[in-house]
Amino acid sequence: MQEILIPVITLGGLGLFFGTLLAVSSKIFHVERDERIDEIVSCLPGANCGGCGYAGCSNLAAEIVAGNAPVSACPVGGKDSAEKIAAIMGTESGEVIRLVAHVNCRGGEQAKRKYNYEGIHDCLAASKVAGGPLECAYGCLGLGTCERACKYDAMHVENGVAVVHADNCVACRQCVEACPRHLISVVSEKQDVFVSCSSHSRGAELRRICNIGCIGCTLCTKACPTGAITVNDNLASIDYDNCINCGKCADVCPRKLIVNASESRFAVAE
Amino acid sequence: MTFTEIFALSLGAILTENFIFVKFLGICPFLGVSKKTDTALGMGLAVIFVMTISSAVTYLLDTLVLVRFDIVYMRTIVYILVIAALVQFVEMVLMKLMPALYQALGIYLPLITTNCAVLGAALLNVDKAAENPSFNFLGAVTFGMTGGIGFTLAIVLFASIREKFELADYPKAFEGFPIALVTASLLSIAFMGFQGLKVF
Repeated sequence: MQEILIPVITLGGLGLFFGTLLAVSSKIFHVERDERIDEIVSCLPGANCGGCGYAGCSNLAAEIVAGNAPVSACPVGGKDSAEKIAAIMGTESGEVIRLVAHVNCRGGEQAKRKYNYEGIHDCLAASKVAGGPLECAYGCLGLGTCERACKYDAMHVENGVAVVHADNCVACRQCVEACPRHLISVVSEKQDVFVSCSSHSRGAELRRICNIGCIGCTLCTKACPTGAITVNDNLASIDYDNCINCGKCADVCPRKLIVNASESRFAVAE
Repeated sequence: MTFTEIFALSLGAILTENFIFVKFLGICPFLGVSKKTDTALGMGLAVIFVMTISSAVTYLLDTLVLVRFDIVYMRTIVYILVIAALVQFVEMVLMKLMPALYQALGIYLPLITTNCAVLGAALLNVDKAAENPSFNFLGAVTFGMTGGIGFTLAIVLFASIREKFELADYPKAFEGFPIALVTASLLSIAFMGFQGLKVF
């Protein structure tokens, strides 16, 4: 009897002791946690992509409850999640403009190559070898680092240049971070006209190295009715706040690099 | 225990008897949480923390309760109970008193409640005590802590190699776990080289 009783009592005693300890300490060390945080987390996509600038969905939820982030801070969830979170927080979500990524280069096969790159299949690695395989120091290397960074199947390399498939894009900015040449920007979905070149090379030099890049001719500047386009340092750039998406710049561009996405959304040059 | 014994014990736990590469304990977090170096480091720190306190508490419990009542055959189940309760308790204390540390360790703590490396450290302490009569409380704590350091070393080394895979060009069939297991075995072979240190 003894050899059964002792272990049963000892183990039972230990279990009781630890059970009481946990029960008591859960009262003593109880931390108030705002229930809204968990509710907001359930409204967020849960991808922990970091597109909002915080360290993950639960972190963003805590910041929203603390009032440091707006209810529409999640670019991935967009309008739906903003409205649900606004309902939890008891505020209005306001107008949520959907954002999409855009690649500011259409070079690809149109850009001349310095050498044949056969190293690690990664844009950053390639850009470290003698300034990259392209003659153009600004262009897309087309090795798909952004494609691999994209969790939403929205980024694909086509004809040697990265292209955004706007339907899938959630503006999480993973590709923006991944691109070693900083070619990708995130802009409003309503924006239709883009300067698809990032090269600051002079006109004559650019004609030699790329069949499509901006030569800084300023025809678009003259065509623009609102003065939204300026040419700085041999590269045209559009001020999206003033742009009315009339598409006149795209019509006059001799290099056809100003794309009007309303006609063929983010199409690649033939 | 003398200083030499403590030193030999520590060196053994970190290198020659490394929990992962030599004893093959704690493989689950080793493969699961080793995709990024900083998460691997967080996991490692949590393991050091839990292993140290669980070694201390189980050693005391062993000598004060189990041996006294002659029920050492209950060790495994008692240790699991103690470690699980302890981790829960520590988690609550940290959340209240040290929120910063809780942020760093918090998500990993529940993961290692029933980790075999933690239980292994507690059980190996018993073997150590049987081999060496001068093995005491200090030895148990040292073994737990240095075992955790060995775990951290292994997981951080492994994670930093796995990070490099993103740039490597290897056959598609090896993607994911296969290449990770091949790497782990190669690292394990490398750690066999430390067997020569067993002169102490």
